[in-house]
Amino acid sequence: MIKLFDQPDNTWELIANGLPWTLTLAGSSLALGFFLAIGLALVRLSPYRPLQALAYAYVYLFRSTPLLVQIFLIYYGLGQFEAVQQSFLWPLLREAHWCAILALTLNTTAYTAEIIRGGLLAVPWGQVEAAKACGMSTWLRFRRVIFPQAIRQALPGYGNEIVLMIKSTSLASTITILDMTLIARKETSATFSIEPLFIAAAFYLVINFVATRGVMWLEYRLSPDLREAKTGRTLPDQDVANAH
Amino acid sequence: MLEVTDLHKRFGSLEVLKGVSLSTANSNVISMIGASGSGKSTFLRCINLLEIPNAGEVRVDGELIRMVPGRDGGLKPADVKQVDRIRSRLAMVFQSFNLWTHMTVLENVIEAPVHVLGVPKREATDQAMALLDKVGIADKRDQYPAHLSGGQQQRCAIARALAMEPRVMLFDEPTSALDPELVGEVLRVMRQLAEEGRTMIIVTHEMRFAREVSDEVVFLHQGRIEEQGPPAQVFGNPDSERCRQFLATTEGMGVGQ
Repeated sequence: MIKLFDQPDNTWELIANGLPWTLTLAGSSLALGFFLAIGLALVRLSPYRPLQALAYAYVYLFRSTPLLVQIFLIYYGLGQFEAVQQSFLWPLLREAHWCAILALTLNTTAYTAEIIRGGLLAVPWGQVEAAKACGMSTWLRFRRVIFPQAIRQALPGYGNEIVLMIKSTSLASTITILDMTLIARKETSATFSIEPLFIAAAFYLVINFVATRGVMWLEYRLSPDLREAKTGRTLPDQDVANAH
Repeated sequence: MLEVTDLHKRFGSLEVLKGVSLSTANSNVISMIGASGSGKSTFLRCINLLEIPNAGEVRVDGELIRMVPGRDGGLKPADVKQVDRIRSRLAMVFQSFNLWTHMTVLENVIEAPVHVLGVPKREATDQAMALLDKVGIADKRDQYPAHLSGGQQQRCAIARALAMEPRVMLFDEPTSALDPELVGEVLRVMRQLAEEGRTMIIVTHEMRFAREVSDEVVFLHQGRIEEQGPPAQVFGNPDSERCRQFLATTEGMGVGQ
């Protein structure tokens, strides 16, 4: 991983060296998890019962067990199996950071799938029928009508998930990943000062501030129809609109 | 252009359509009237397969929508692509407008021509502006549906339907969700379309409109056609006693023209 400061002068710089790991873990698991979650949500909503059940089992499993346990099981547990050690995935799975990314991804996929499923279900059925009625294929309906609206519905809930995941990356410090949390813990035990932990907390605050502002900006950008009409009237209000 | 033969539709044990046939061979504008639950909306929705009929045939321009037996003992479309293609020739206007709320008025109108028919965007935009002008909401092109009145939304939905240059237009109670004072503006647009000779099937409770605009009126009762003919006959001198009763109860209905 990149080191921001070779010879850190102070505790701030020391902790900042863990920032790349924190961002990498959060960024990659959120990005991967998002796409997997779309797939999982669609499977959950598919008309095929066995598939539905499978997807539900996945969500149930990963939401109902602690993330820390999942990280341990993947990091310490997978290596116990001969088959895993023989497989082509072993060069990846013996690395702590890949195990962390895998655990975080699998975990966020379960939560995000439920958030996206909620968004998909919130798209008014009439609009889907209108899309059918003018001959749009299933894929076109999804791409042009359902998904853009589902994602807007899901965004507030997904913002929550982003914040949770950024904080959850700190659990990766338990499997030797030198993120901000582990550096802070080491520094604290070395100096008997809790200052490093405060500094780490401040970093998380700043990252999450940026992340939540980003989500707010996206929400604003994606819902032009919920903003004021270009005539300057503050709508939507059916009565005002009808009186017009 | 459109020929529907012996359509049956069941919801569970409830038989909503018990063999309804209709053809646009001899009339451009067909109005379907009848009490709530008579099956008229279901019939319309079976034509473009928003509901899958249990039995019967639908032909558009002579092309039969191929159906095969489904798992539940009913039918299912044999070829989804064919259904999409045929739907693109049958435009539908819904009771609750069903505009895409994340798109502007103009985007709503060009969406299907561009993405379903493959019309170049510039061409589709020009055509859309002409249509919006025709339905009288050209100045709203960049507004979102939430900022329009119900009447304006429905006129936008009609422009969206027209943009597909459909062979047949299906209207599913297009004025039923509107405040009385907004009904007139939508009916005016529909009347204009009828006068242009467009083929339309209109499910409606606007009796006066049906009488004045239709070439043929169909009275549906409990899933069957009870009375069918030119408006003068159906409204003036119906054979069916039920049709007489229905018309008597709706006397005076049908607001703004």
